[in-house]
Amino acid sequence: MSAHGDSKDGYDFAHPIPVPMLLAVFGALVVLTIITVAQASFDIGSLDIVVVMVIATIKAALVMAFFMHMAYDKPFNVIVFLSSFAFVALFLIFTMSDSSQTSPDFEPVIEEAATEMASPAVEAPAASE
Amino acid sequence: MSTIEAAAENAHDAHGQHHDHDHPSFLAHHFDTPEQQFDSGKLGIWLFLVTEILFFSGMFCAYAIFRMLRPDVFEGCSQFLNTKLGAINTGVLLFSSLTMAWAVRCSQVKQDRGLVGMLAATLSCAMIFLGVKAIEYSHKWEMGLLPAGMFFYDPANPHPESHTNYLFYICLPFMILLGGVVIWLLTSLVTKNRFHIQCAMPLTVAAACFFVGIGLGMVLESGDSEHVSDSHHSEVDHLAGNSPQVTMINSGDTEVLERLAADATNSGAKSELTARQRQFETAGTTIVQEGDDIAGAIVSVEENVMTKRKAGVFFSIYYCMTGVHAIHILVGIGFLVWLLVRAVRKDFNPQYFGPVDYVGLYWHLVDLIWIYLFPLLYLIR
Repeated sequence: MSAHGDSKDGYDFAHPIPVPMLLAVFGALVVLTIITVAQASFDIGSLDIVVVMVIATIKAALVMAFFMHMAYDKPFNVIVFLSSFAFVALFLIFTMSDSSQTSPDFEPVIEEAATEMASPAVEAPAASE
Repeated sequence: MSTIEAAAENAHDAHGQHHDHDHPSFLAHHFDTPEQQFDSGKLGIWLFLVTEILFFSGMFCAYAIFRMLRPDVFEGCSQFLNTKLGAINTGVLLFSSLTMAWAVRCSQVKQDRGLVGMLAATLSCAMIFLGVKAIEYSHKWEMGLLPAGMFFYDPANPHPESHTNYLFYICLPFMILLGGVVIWLLTSLVTKNRFHIQCAMPLTVAAACFFVGIGLGMVLESGDSEHVSDSHHSEVDHLAGNSPQVTMINSGDTEVLERLAADATNSGAKSELTARQRQFETAGTTIVQEGDDIAGAIVSVEENVMTKRKAGVFFSIYYCMTGVHAIHILVGIGFLVWLLVRAVRKDFNPQYFGPVDYVGLYWHLVDLIWIYLFPLLYLIR
């Protein structure tokens, strides 16, 4: 789909992506995947999920813009699709904030016997009961 | 201006007669131009993708809540998810996205053989993905890592003698499929039916790729012990051991305390003395130096997460997300096979490539979901 409007007579509307562009996007995706796996060997504490999500979003944006052709698509289609993410964000934010605030009240932490209790490691001497 | 003339053998219509419309057979009656037809379908598929995103978001929400409330369970269970296999699956799916986008391009520039080849490549990648998944799943089922309720993993006996060969049962439908396609290929070769040969050959390759995936999974799973259990230990921070043995230090006030405690009526002093002695015993015999960094706290406590309520729920979420994703892959495979047959029949041209484009969008969405699933499930630390 051409971004500059419909074709004159409604027949020449195909917009094939050039092969080098397809390959370049694929290359970028593979590099980002390698980075994602590699960051697992660096200890960045609780920041790791943020980093990983940011990289995943970049990959998603590449797939959406080029493979799914959104960069050249009608803006209305783009709005429709991106609005779904807005609703997902609302869903997650409300549910998670409610859960974090109210769960401790009604979610008891139950200690139960496992199928077989793993033998405890070094006992803490200071914790002698 | 390029109206594609419909080939004579394709011209047919609902009235059973030959119209003398000037519209090609691929243009439905209720559309004015091929472009309008394409745009309508495109909006339709984008709306469908919106519903798919919302569908998966429910499961992502469950994941998010459980991870937020019980991060220890996630850490404990992450050892069972083989990162290498997950990374291979990601690479395979990314490559399938490339070939799918390329297939859309081929359909837009009327490269028929390229289109068939690219669709076959996408199909093969999908089957490899399923093969690797089959290895992962069967391995977990053997170990008892099942959804909550059926969970029976035992850390003391991680590989119990299993009477059911789960891998065989998963492979059975795919073996039957491969057998069926091979039979189709052979009969079409014998009857020299060109159309059937051209369909059956790429489908045979694709069906065989499932077992390529199985092989890949087996090689990687055996060469990699993913049971490195980094179990948590109960620890108490203590100093590095350059500590000489000492007895209880008798500072001035302790002597006074002892003298007072000797008197039986001074029970308070007596219990203080016993408390001090016991404290000395539990504290061990290290001497605290000036400027030493002591936390003296319990760093972590070993807690068994391998229970139905904890690890079981983790695996419920895992199987739900990856399982529903795999079902989407299967549905995508079905659509790709349909497209392949249509492509061999040369149905597509620069004014009619909608179906390829729409299935392409669906396939990219499946890849998109996996792009998010992979780090969230396989790269937890």
